[in-house]
Amino acid sequence: MADAPRKLLEVRELTMDFGGLRAVDSVTLEVCENEIVALIGPNGAGKTTFFNCVTGIYKPTRGEIMVHPPGGQSRKINGFKPNRVTEMGMARTFQNIRLFQNMTVLENVMIGRHCRTRTSILGAIMRSPGVTREERETIDRAYALLEKVGLVDFADEFAKNLPYGAQRRLEIARAMATDPFLLLLDEPAAGMNPQETRELDELIVRIGKEEGIAILLIEHDMKLVMNISDRIYVMEYGKKIAKGTPQEIRSNPKVIEAYLGEGEEDA
Amino acid sequence: MDYFLELFCSGLTRGSIYALIALGYTMVYGIIQLINFAHGEIYMIGAFVALIVAGVLTIYGFSGFSILILAMLIAMIYAAAYGYTLEKIAYQPLRNAPRLSPLISAIGASLFLQNYVLLAQTPDFLPFPQLVPDFAFMEPIAHIIGSSELVILVTSAISMVALTLLIKYTRMGKAMRATQQDMVMARLVGINVDRVISVTFIIGSVLAAIGGVLVGSYIGQINFYIGFMAGVKAFTAAVLGGIGNIPGAALGGLVLGLAESMAAGYISSAYEDVFAFGVLVLILILRPAGLLGKAVKQKV
Repeated sequence: MADAPRKLLEVRELTMDFGGLRAVDSVTLEVCENEIVALIGPNGAGKTTFFNCVTGIYKPTRGEIMVHPPGGQSRKINGFKPNRVTEMGMARTFQNIRLFQNMTVLENVMIGRHCRTRTSILGAIMRSPGVTREERETIDRAYALLEKVGLVDFADEFAKNLPYGAQRRLEIARAMATDPFLLLLDEPAAGMNPQETRELDELIVRIGKEEGIAILLIEHDMKLVMNISDRIYVMEYGKKIAKGTPQEIRSNPKVIEAYLGEGEEDA
Repeated sequence: MDYFLELFCSGLTRGSIYALIALGYTMVYGIIQLINFAHGEIYMIGAFVALIVAGVLTIYGFSGFSILILAMLIAMIYAAAYGYTLEKIAYQPLRNAPRLSPLISAIGASLFLQNYVLLAQTPDFLPFPQLVPDFAFMEPIAHIIGSSELVILVTSAISMVALTLLIKYTRMGKAMRATQQDMVMARLVGINVDRVISVTFIIGSVLAAIGGVLVGSYIGQINFYIGFMAGVKAFTAAVLGGIGNIPGAALGGLVLGLAESMAAGYISSAYEDVFAFGVLVLILILRPAGLLGKAVKQKV
């Protein structure tokens, strides 16, 4: 990267305590434009807690979360409610799938447009031309996103009836419907078979490189991580123990000891 | 046969009022798992506002249907404001408290509103004018179903259809369903959950006010205490249908109304409450989740 890349997310010394337990200990991390960044580490390292702090589910004990939206005001977002964080332009998915199970696939994506649309109840009753147009646009956008993740044929199916891999992709489509500049994916490949993982791999790269959405992902599948990440952060026991390119991480003795040593054996 | 039809119609009328109020209970429960005990009071306040407005309008020489429409609109606006404020003051600060706390707060709010109306108005029953004129076209069947009953049935049906459409097709309706299924996730897709909850309270309160006005005009008298019994019955209807389930609330209301009406007509009006709650117990023994409720496993 020749000229200094523009930072999107800048987390400084983030600490999260639960009573006496320090789940995240002074972690500093940044994500720049057009980057795919991975956050790895053994189970219980505090990766998901880190995500929860960044997306407003937890209020961090200490530290600073700065967001620099492209073409917007930089903001410190500590203590923002999740819906404000999403409005700022950061969307996430979950390790255990959290779709709106009793809504259709299309509705799940449409609901992602909620914070980008304005129609009030009164407007919906009056059905002004503006409302109809907005509704049309929402549906069109939702279909376009379903097209991208390959779920158009399932649009009217209930989310709960989709196969597992498809539910994961639907979660990504729903997150993208909020127009994020940064997508946080929590173990998107968990529970997928190799074929599905390969497709997901392609999907993430496509989102990152073609749509220009930066990606921060937690993942255990090392092949996927090494394939697609520009940079990798490694956490263990709440602390950041390494950062660098996939090559650097692969050869970092601390990482090998903490994580990869185990990971490669069972591969 | 005529006697049965008459009972049937009056049962439907009662039932649709219960259903209107039950919708408010069930919607709020569906979203924040709270039994809003003050909901019956909103219904009572709706009736009082309509009575005052109707009185004023009569002085100014308005008549018949225009009074009904205006009184109902203003009652709806007032009830919406009360519902909104109630949620902001009594429930929102307790959003993350243990579940018992908002429940106690709800009982407190209910007592507060009752006594507020008692002091501000009167402890006595007030006569409520009949706002629905006797339609000429109803003459031939007036011994089976009266004009007021017809208006109640039609208004309730319209309200329930409107609510269903709103929830199914509008942007806010989708947000409500999403919030009901997973509040944290709803926030994460950018839904302002606090606003969704406010809107839910407002819609429930508006429906309760519609019920209050219609019942006032139908029965012909109101006092500060009418919200209590109506609230208990509507809550029963909501549980009967499966609390949290919107079609269930409507069905529960109708079943309850019909059961009461039949018991009063064929046995004795002294037994109508016994019968109503008997039906509740029976259904809960056979179907613990209510008529249309699904037995959901507790989320971990």
